[in-house]
Formats: sequence, structure tokens, C-alpha cells
Amino acid sequence: MLRRALRLGLGRGLLGRGLGTWRGDSTLDWDGKVSDIKKKIQSVLPGGAWNPLYDTSHLPPEHSDVVIVGGGVLGLSVAYWLKRLEKRRGAIQVLVVERDYTYSQASTGLSVGGIRQQFSLPENIQLSLFSVDFLRNINEYLAVVDDPPLDLQFNPSGYLLLASEKGAAIMENNVKVQRQEGAKVCLMSPEQLRNKFPWINTEGVALASYGFISSSNRMETASGEEVTLKRIHEVHVKMDRSLEYQPVECAIVINAAGAWSGQIAELAGIGKGPPGTLQGTKLPVEPRKRYVYLWHCPQGPGLETPFVIDSSGAYFRREGLGNNYLGSCSPTEEEEPDPGNLEVDHGFFQDKVWPHLAQRVPAFETLKVRSAWAGYYDYNTFDQNGVVGPHPLVVNMYFATGFSGHGLQQAPAVGRAVAEMVLEGSFQTIDLNPFLFSRFYLGEKVQEHNII
Amino acid sequence: MAAPKASLHLVAPIWKGGPRGIRGLSRTVAPEGNQRKGRTVLQFLADRFYDVQALREYLLRKQVSKVHQKNRFQGQEWMRPNGRGRFSLEFFKFQAVPVEAVDASGCAINYQGLDNLLALKELQSLSLQRCPHVDDWCLSRLYQLAGSLQELSLAGCPQVSERGLACLHHLQNLRRLDISDLPAVSNPGLTQILVEEMLPNCNVLGADWAQGLKLGPEEQSQDTARSIPA
Repeated sequence: MLRRALRLGLGRGLLGRGLGTWRGDSTLDWDGKVSDIKKKIQSVLPGGAWNPLYDTSHLPPEHSDVVIVGGGVLGLSVAYWLKRLEKRRGAIQVLVVERDYTYSQASTGLSVGGIRQQFSLPENIQLSLFSVDFLRNINEYLAVVDDPPLDLQFNPSGYLLLASEKGAAIMENNVKVQRQEGAKVCLMSPEQLRNKFPWINTEGVALASYGFISSSNRMETASGEEVTLKRIHEVHVKMDRSLEYQPVECAIVINAAGAWSGQIAELAGIGKGPPGTLQGTKLPVEPRKRYVYLWHCPQGPGLETPFVIDSSGAYFRREGLGNNYLGSCSPTEEEEPDPGNLEVDHGFFQDKVWPHLAQRVPAFETLKVRSAWAGYYDYNTFDQNGVVGPHPLVVNMYFATGFSGHGLQQAPAVGRAVAEMVLEGSFQTIDLNPFLFSRFYLGEKVQEHNII
Repeated sequence: MAAPKASLHLVAPIWKGGPRGIRGLSRTVAPEGNQRKGRTVLQFLADRFYDVQALREYLLRKQVSKVHQKNRFQGQEWMRPNGRGRFSLEFFKFQAVPVEAVDASGCAINYQGLDNLLALKELQSLSLQRCPHVDDWCLSRLYQLAGSLQELSLAGCPQVSERGLACLHHLQNLRRLDISDLPAVSNPGLTQILVEEMLPNCNVLGADWAQGLKLGPEEQSQDTARSIPA
């Protein structure tokens, strides 16, 4: 190493490149070389991951404070907030494990990508409000020095929810809750709806709620049988396409594996016990397949189209300048497709989605489907809301999963909440105690009504 | 309402004679290549010392949420800053008079700074030309002025894209909208058409719809000697 540095020094002097490299661009790539040297020194010193017998640089380290299973938006959000909220720089070592680096089946990349505040639970509304704030100020959080600022290509057009007679009372109630939490929502009658969006057919619509995307600064901000507590000591991380694995000793494991969180929980022994007891309560998150279709409609609604959610469950939004629309509909319980693969059923669009779309927006009778894909919801079969926080028996496993289709929207806020739970021991800014695991055992449903 | 061609430097400098490096702090929001060396040293210091980081953030916030206005009150002329960049104290006599027009061209107004403007419920004319921090999110807040706003100019704002323009459909009283020279809009001609469809009562100035069109192959060979008419 010393010899190499000397050679560099001599080379510079001989060729007379000295003056030119002191300012402006250096052809020697000092930053890369310095970081390489630092890495080598760190690996040799005690505490580093240097193995004198064979090269282990491609394996994860042997020790890590926190291991996050799952590298989707929730896992990465928890990792980001853990590093951001740690008390001293470099205090916590975080390892994020993701089995598919192409993210081909990850729900994050396949989602329709909307963020709304029209939920029925106050906690969900708070989560969305903070996430909107985060996205708006994303350069304050995620900008890297010397890189161009991030451009989210975010469309702040808002959401429009339509309700029929049956749902009108629930919608009014929800709007009241949303307004209390600080979301900007307005209720519209069918005539107002027709005036604002002339392309809607308001037959059957009793009430509509239109949410503006804006953010609010106001945040607000618990038998004598024997119980066995378990602790996870090691996570075996298996490398891709090989038999090698690295046992990573860790203090805390965070389950952010999305649609596969149920399987990860079973690996930790959650749910192995007589049913009806806490040991026997499984994590009720399973993958559910959902389709998304992209179509083109030349006479369709214009630039002002918000994300429209019809009372029948069909939804769509505009994409880009070229009159393309993205949308779909959630199948009912009986029609749930088999989640074994991500094949798209085009018949579903013809039979279940198109009729509702054409009924609500007459211009959609002449549309042409351009492409379609399918993705997984990490569906919480208990109450379709997220699971956040530690497990009562496996004391060092924390959950950040089960958001059933609105994980992407709430990821920044949930990441912060889990990081606070890990670092401080309780939720500091948004109180997510209703979302703890224990509700599955106690049978307390925290039902979210506005799920699409 | 013509905004002056040369933008008056309305933002007062924060440090009168301070080191040049501190002025450059506010430019961390939009980093430029030639600021690299100075900024990495500051970034290094800010990473190591909480005081430097707090100072930086405070200065940035101060810089970014100052709004200097040139106002016109009902029936009166424009009130401008005098030669030294200060407003005359006559201002205070007009506190009860509603503000009709605001010219904030070139100001460093951002999302939070808009709070001041959105409180003006009788605002008829708003000019946000060449404001570097006005982006799509700011436009999504303008719906609160829908009742009175008749004239809006967004010319030359570097961060406004067609997604922000989509939020303007709430402003149904708008009669004049200027969306020329928006570098972040991907297809100015098509956007102009879509915005015109969205706001039927509004006169939309800006990109010419023929701007994005290319000549067909037979016309192109004729035009090699001439410049393409805009």
C-alpha cells in the first residue's frame, strides 16, 4: 500500500501533472482511492469483518445491530430513519437483506403509486400526512451533496372518492375525521361534481369527497400461566444462487418482507403453538394478487383528472400527457386470483373493471388496453391495516408490514415510527399502538374502511 | 401589468460583509458544479459540528421564506422599495385595505412562504415569474385563491411541470395565464393545448402549439436554406 502511494507520487512529479490536479477534476480519482484505503484499514482493525483464511468481502458482515428482512420501500424507510435518528453518528449497524435485487416481484415497484389522506382511521391519516410532507421536502431528507436534486414526478392532483347512497353516511363520517386530523378534504354533491368534472356520469353517486394534497404541520406528535419469551440470535443470510450462507449475529430483526412476511414470521416460530393462545397466533399477512391495467382513451378526461375511486371499487388515474390511464379494481373475496404467479388475467378487465369504468366515465367506452401487470398486496386478512411494533413473545422481532395496498403511501411515516420504537422504546410522533401485533390475539380489529 | 425587465434584487443580503462561503450556503438546494469544493468543505464541517449544521439550516430557512412584495392597493399605484431596498413606512397606513395584485417575480418564495399570499382573499393578479423555488406543490396550494384570482403568471419558473399545471383547474375565474418558458415541462405545445381545454374561459399565453412539431420529410428538404419559423 505504501509502495503504491509512493509510485503515485513519483508518477505525478515526473509527468508534471501536479498543478493541474490540485484544482478542478483530478484524473486520479482521489475520492475512490481514499475510500478504498479506509475500507481496507477498517477491515483489518478489530471489529472489522476481515477473515484471514479466505475472502469474505461478498458476504454480509458477521455482526450487525439490526437486520431488516426485506428491501422494499418499508424496509429501506426503516433503515433510513434508524440511521437518521441514531444518537451518535455510526452508533447503529443496519443490514438490509433483500432476496431479489431486481425487485421483479416487489410490491413497491409494481404499485399504482397514489398517496391519499382519505382514510377512516385517524392514525392512517396522520401517517399519510407525514408522508406527503416527506415527499414534498424529499430533498431535505434524501438529497446527496453533489448530486442533482431528486425529482419525484409527483402529480398533486388529489383523490376523488365517490359514494353511493349506502356509503354516503360512512363517507361523511370519514370526512369529519379527516378534517379533524388536518387533511384538506371537501365534500361535493353530484351537481358540483358535474360542474367540476364534466366527463363524469353522476348516476348513482350520492356524495363525493375530493382531497387536496396538502400537508399539515400539526402533529400529535396495555392468568398465571407460564410464558416463554424467545429471542432471535442469528439470522442466516443465504447468498443468491449458491449454498454459502453467513450467520449474522444481530440484536433486532425487523420483518419488512411485504407479501412474504407471513413466511418470515413462521421461520421465527411465530404461530407455532396451540390455536387460541398467544404462541399460536400467526401473523395474518398473506400475498394477494392485484392487477393493474394501462389503457389509452383519446377522448378521456383531461389534465385535471384526480385519482378517481368509484363506489364500485374500480379506480383509475391519468398518466402523463398522452391520455393514458392506469387503473383497476380489487376483486371480491370469492374471486381472489391465485397468488402463485404474477400472470395477468385480461378477462378480469373485460368483465369486472371495464363495465364500471364505462358506467362512471362514458368516454371510457372506447378505450384500448395498452399493457397490464400484476403485483402483490401484503394483505392483512385480519383487518387490512398494517402491523407495526414488536412481537410480545419473540422479543426482538419488530414488524413493519401488512399494509394491504397502502404501504407505499405510508412508508416514510411508518419507517420513522418503527425507528422510534427501536431506538426509544415507544412511538414518539404518531401513536401507532392500535397497530401492534397483540391485537390479533386479543381480537380487536382496527378496521380501515377505505381500502381499494 | 408589465413586470420590470431587469429583476430588482429584492432579497437583501444576509451578511453584509461576511465570508463568501456563508452566502453559498443557500445554494445547497440546487448544487452547481463550480461550487463543489467550497461546499464539500462546508458539508464536512456540518457533518462534524452540530452548530455549523444548525447555523446553515437557520440561514437557509431565513433566506428561503422571506417575501418581499411590491403591492398595489385598491385604487393606488404600485408600492415599490426605494433605492436602498427598503419599503417606505406608509405601508402601515394601508393595513385595512385589501391587496389586489402581488408581483413576486424572482423572489425566493417557497411552499411555506405562500402562506402569506394565500391569506389575501381578494387577490386578483399574481405574478410568480422566475421564482426558483415555486414548484408543483406550491401550485397545488393555489386553489385557495380560486374565488378572486384573475391573472396568474408562471413564466420562467424552473421547477414547474405539467403536473403542477394540472392543479390550476380549480381557478375558474382565471382570465389570463402565462405559462411561457417553463423548462421543466416536457412538451410545451401539447401542455398548452391541454391547459386550454382545462380552463375554457382563460386566455393562455405561452408556448405556441406549433413549437414541438417537426416538419415532414418533403418540407424539410425545402427548408435547408431557411430557418424554421417558430
